Amino acid sequence: MAADTAAPGTAPAGRTGIRPLPRAARSARRHTAGRPRRSVLLTALTAIVVLYSLVPLAWLVINACKTQPKLLDSFGLWFSGHFALWDNIRDTFTYNDHIFVRWLLNTLLYVVLGAGGATFLAVLGGYGLAKFDFPGKRAVFAVVIGAVAVPGAALAVPTFLMFSKMGLTNTPWAVVIPSLISPFGLYLMWVFAAEAIPDELLEAARMDGSGELRTFFRISLPLMAPGIVTVLLFTMVATWNNYFLPLIMIKDPNWYPLTIGLNSWNAQATTAGGQPVFNLVITGSLLTIVPLIAAFLLLQRYWQSGLAAGSVKE
Amino acid sequence: MAVLSPRAEAGRSAAGRRRGDGGPAGRRRVAGWGFITPFLVVFALVFLAPIAYSIYLSLFRDQLIGGNHFVGLDNYTQAFQDHAFWSGLSRVGLFLVVQVPIMLGIALLVALALDSGRLYGRDFFRISIFLPYAVPAVVATLMWGFMYGKRFGLVASVNQHLHTSLPDPLSPSWVLASIGNIVTWEFVGYNMLIFYAALRVIPESLYEAAEIDGAGQWRIIAAIKLPAIRGALVIATIFSIIGSFQLFNEPSILKSLAPNAITTYFTPNLYTYSLSFSGQQHNYAATVAIVMGVVTMIVAYVVQLRGMRKEA
Repeated sequence: MAADTAAPGTAPAGRTGIRPLPRAARSARRHTAGRPRRSVLLTALTAIVVLYSLVPLAWLVINACKTQPKLLDSFGLWFSGHFALWDNIRDTFTYNDHIFVRWLLNTLLYVVLGAGGATFLAVLGGYGLAKFDFPGKRAVFAVVIGAVAVPGAALAVPTFLMFSKMGLTNTPWAVVIPSLISPFGLYLMWVFAAEAIPDELLEAARMDGSGELRTFFRISLPLMAPGIVTVLLFTMVATWNNYFLPLIMIKDPNWYPLTIGLNSWNAQATTAGGQPVFNLVITGSLLTIVPLIAAFLLLQRYWQSGLAAGSVKE
Repeated sequence: MAVLSPRAEAGRSAAGRRRGDGGPAGRRRVAGWGFITPFLVVFALVFLAPIAYSIYLSLFRDQLIGGNHFVGLDNYTQAFQDHAFWSGLSRVGLFLVVQVPIMLGIALLVALALDSGRLYGRDFFRISIFLPYAVPAVVATLMWGFMYGKRFGLVASVNQHLHTSLPDPLSPSWVLASIGNIVTWEFVGYNMLIFYAALRVIPESLYEAAEIDGAGQWRIIAAIKLPAIRGALVIATIFSIIGSFQLFNEPSILKSLAPNAITTYFTPNLYTYSLSFSGQQHNYAATVAIVMGVVTMIVAYVVQLRGMRKEA
């Protein structure tokens, strides 16, 4: 799907973040009721969906360990030939004058500026909407939420034309600037700030003569930390995985992010006279998803401790 | 401090009133705008300006003779009579009607299973099913495309080893289903998390009351859990509708593996892209994009209305 992945992404984690689950209380109750008898049948049925989710990833890992000839003539879901993972990784990094490294650095640049900036703007704006009354607030909110339903494609062509007149296409800015807006990040921070920051605390700070900016950085920002991490994680995924925007904006391979680069390697095999590098496409794909999967697994832990802390507070 | 503060506050607001800015409340208003302004400035640049610009573009036409001139609603008339546009629109419509219910159904069943507390290894299940969400659409499509394809083909291997005759997933008649499978794979876990998070915040008291009434698991699901997460169901449906209408990445990437099965107007989004970047028909591309945007918003709005009415 096109540009929608970013926005809705913030919803689920946001929910978990906003309302720390009273997990301890809940499992205790269930325990006393003696209800959750573990079911082998239900576990087996759910395991089918787990298999469906994991088999393609297993395929990717297995095939990243094969040489190109073996890719073509061996069974896809098992290892074959000599273990070529390290060779493949080395080739991926060095192929075509280390272009993969360049793409990786570009992606990191887009993620740091795009996702970091998007989170920053969403935190400021969400806090403003949640904790201040000002004329036009409802209108601001309605316009931003209405914009969510506008398909990314409706914006892509005019944005490209505008940016090319401004001389921004083919530069990192063409990818970074549109990534700075995350309506759902804003929505999420609005809900989160409303719940996590007590008005009395802000009143007390004002009475003590603290300026609004100082109050924001000293008092509000730390309280919003779990929400910020959540928005940051999902805007990071959106920027890291972005395809449509750089596809339109960037023509120079030196500014490609990983996603466009990988696709160009794949397309290379189908163009006449192009050199097929399927082993590099597959290994490059694996290298592209490893950082995000690692981040999700690590943040899973972070959430769990956050949730535990939440239930203790209650 | 506690004694001083109210007086300081009163003094400040009096001074404020004299200055005519409404005192602390007035200053707070300014501060509120101050916090939201950075977002709004960028928002105007990357959302409002392009929308206004594409409406402007859609009213003009660039021709070899006569150059760029105003044509009113001619582009829109052309779009409504455009076979390629309708073909793409009906394809994503079909996709929406088939793929979205399957994906959301699986997501809901898994979320209910996780929430039931009857699974072994619940946390492992939850994170495993969610993981594909972290995989970029490009990688997901390349991966599945290779598995579908003749070169690395898992499908071919299965046919060979089990003597079955599964159809070619990249043939014109199956490619839409194959794309549906990729999209389902990518987003089942994400929707599952939305539902699961909504299920987790259902108040315990509801379950206790149901237990006292002697309600069984299925009854609890039908009478408590599903109504309680209706909001999440509506939101997930709307996102999926928007996603379906915007379908682009998967067909665009799969095109190099299945050039004969995927046309340049396979989806409306692909159509605007080819119109604009292969055909240089920016004005018409903007028109098609606007029509798609309006269609999407109407469908999303109707779903929302329906969802809310049922709730009442």
